Amino acid sequence: MLKRFVYSREGILSLIVLAMFFSVGAISPDFISLSNSIGIFNDTAILIMLALGQMLVILTRCIDLSVAANVAFTGMLVAMVNQAFPDINMAFLILLSLVVGAFLGAINGLFVWLLKVPSIVITLGTMSIYRGATFLLSDGAWVNSHQMSESFIGLPRYEVLSIPVLCWTAIALIILAFWTMKFSVWGRNFYAAGGNPMAAFYSGVNVGKVQFYGFLVSGTLAGLCGYFWVSRFAVAYVDVANGFELQVIAACVIGGVSIVGGLGSVIGCVIGALFIGVVNNALPIIGVSPFWQMAISGTVIIIAVIANASSNKEKARIILRKPDQASTSLSAQSH
Amino acid sequence: MDTIIKKSTTPDALSTSRLQALLRWEAFLILIVFLVCVMNSYLSPYFLDPWNLSDATFNFTEKALIALPMAMLIIAKEIDISVAAIISLSSTLMGLVAQMGAPIYMVVLVGVLVGATCGLFNGVLVTQFKIPSIVVTIGTMSLFRGISYILLGDQVVRDYPDGFEFFGQGYVYWVFSFELLLLVLFALLFYWLLHRTTFGRYTYAIGNNPTASYYSGIKVDKHRLILFTLVGVMSGIAAVLLTSRLGSTRPSIAMGWELSIITMVVLGGVSILGGSGTIGGVVLAAVLMGMVTFGMGLLNIPGIVMTIIVGVMLITVVSLPALISFYKNRLSKKEVHQS
Repeated sequence: MLKRFVYSREGILSLIVLAMFFSVGAISPDFISLSNSIGIFNDTAILIMLALGQMLVILTRCIDLSVAANVAFTGMLVAMVNQAFPDINMAFLILLSLVVGAFLGAINGLFVWLLKVPSIVITLGTMSIYRGATFLLSDGAWVNSHQMSESFIGLPRYEVLSIPVLCWTAIALIILAFWTMKFSVWGRNFYAAGGNPMAAFYSGVNVGKVQFYGFLVSGTLAGLCGYFWVSRFAVAYVDVANGFELQVIAACVIGGVSIVGGLGSVIGCVIGALFIGVVNNALPIIGVSPFWQMAISGTVIIIAVIANASSNKEKARIILRKPDQASTSLSAQSH
Repeated sequence: MDTIIKKSTTPDALSTSRLQALLRWEAFLILIVFLVCVMNSYLSPYFLDPWNLSDATFNFTEKALIALPMAMLIIAKEIDISVAAIISLSSTLMGLVAQMGAPIYMVVLVGVLVGATCGLFNGVLVTQFKIPSIVVTIGTMSLFRGISYILLGDQVVRDYPDGFEFFGQGYVYWVFSFELLLLVLFALLFYWLLHRTTFGRYTYAIGNNPTASYYSGIKVDKHRLILFTLVGVMSGIAAVLLTSRLGSTRPSIAMGWELSIITMVVLGGVSILGGSGTIGGVVLAAVLMGMVTFGMGLLNIPGIVMTIIVGVMLITVVSLPALISFYKNRLSKKEVHQS
């Protein structure tokens, strides 16, 4: 059992993450302290949650590029509601963020389900629409920390057993996702729909509907993360999470979610996100200038992806090489 | 699979082909460009002034130059989202070379060569390691722009040699700018390449069925490598024009361009699933987007609101044919039920 895990993709990846973690710890011992570890997990929690949603979408051979714009819009909306009504109940605000996020995700999903339009095009469009709508909503203004109520900012920081609520939310979602994807028919359908849409169709799985659910979940999580992002950084502005969709997709891809659909695991996804989180947190500690950060994360993504691709190669003897084993990124969407 | 079933129950190939001829994408785009121009001239009496129109072309020439090879790449079922980062890296290295006092031709050569190298790098990663291009270019996007940040930090390079501004600001004859002339020439070149050569036919073949193309003797990987390099070269050229027009380089140059370039290609009728599309459509889409942006500029609409409109345009244009067939299918289903 242990041996199987160590040799699996997730096992190798988690060993790499641990090796990185401890080698930075060798340079500065504070890095591996418990409180800093919780801090890293806390920093990565939003990325993990978004990556879980994105995984569902990618499993069904789609892609959601609008997820960061969704975070920005929902975050701005709840921040503005909070600013206008400082005494508002937090439960209502969180519900609002979930509903708004789900609604934005459903728009993507409906286009993909009913009109069978390629998701890359739809989410490219909604990405700029949601981002622009954030500007229209706020008129370009910022909502700063002093305009937010104490409970709004305090909730993700509130500690239970010395672990912040934001971390607990991520942990709960990881467990829920793990159970759903492993044991529920609803979750297994995502693998079926992405692995072989034709076979899934003839065995009674409504592929379009499963894709719709993927976008719905991705949108709902993005809505929740919108609230968390804005309250954690205590500021809401139009460019919140700009470009973050690519980090989310990178987390999935590093974690072994295949962009051509049907392959991926919750554990892999979480470790992929932690990989990015550890790299981002370690760079300032080992004294790397922030200007290097982008190039390093780019290199790391490329190396991780190459490593993944080569571990993916078929073990059996290949008589005739297929030219498009993995390089049909766009055909992934045709079915 | 849904469509297979629907197609077999509605054998109206004749009527759809007539409909398709009527709604030929290019004709549709020309109509919209015309409408936008009418609207713009209604908004501002100066719109139809030749100099004004010439200014409007600066809105799209550089992006359109990249959209041309990008269309071919997407037709071949690949994508490159690192193009804006390639512009940034090209521009950065041009700036550094110019700072060292290199002559104009060296600066331009460096820009184009850096672009070509970046494109080649993408191509090698995609074809040698068999990684989906969307994933590769997500990585190289941060890599290329990251190198620009390493090299420049928060500096701005402004010392370009005298005469360098001609590429982005010069006029060849009357109102015809150098950029516009270059775009026309490259549009013709790419039209010839895609629609008149075997290379172009192979591009369609690969996009329609990579496996079949491979077995019929097309060197699929080599072809893709060339296309990626071509995208890199054109990004390098666009970087020369943009740097020369702005007269300065900073690492955040051309931020977000990859999306407007892909939007341009898709709006031009190139299928994101590969296998179909024309250069004419892409050029028209570029003109359309330039005119719409310019018209909104006349109305003082902020840039970010323009992105909403471009997004709505993209979604409408892509889902329109699907929407029509969706309702047609519903109607025919109803007829079947009634009879």
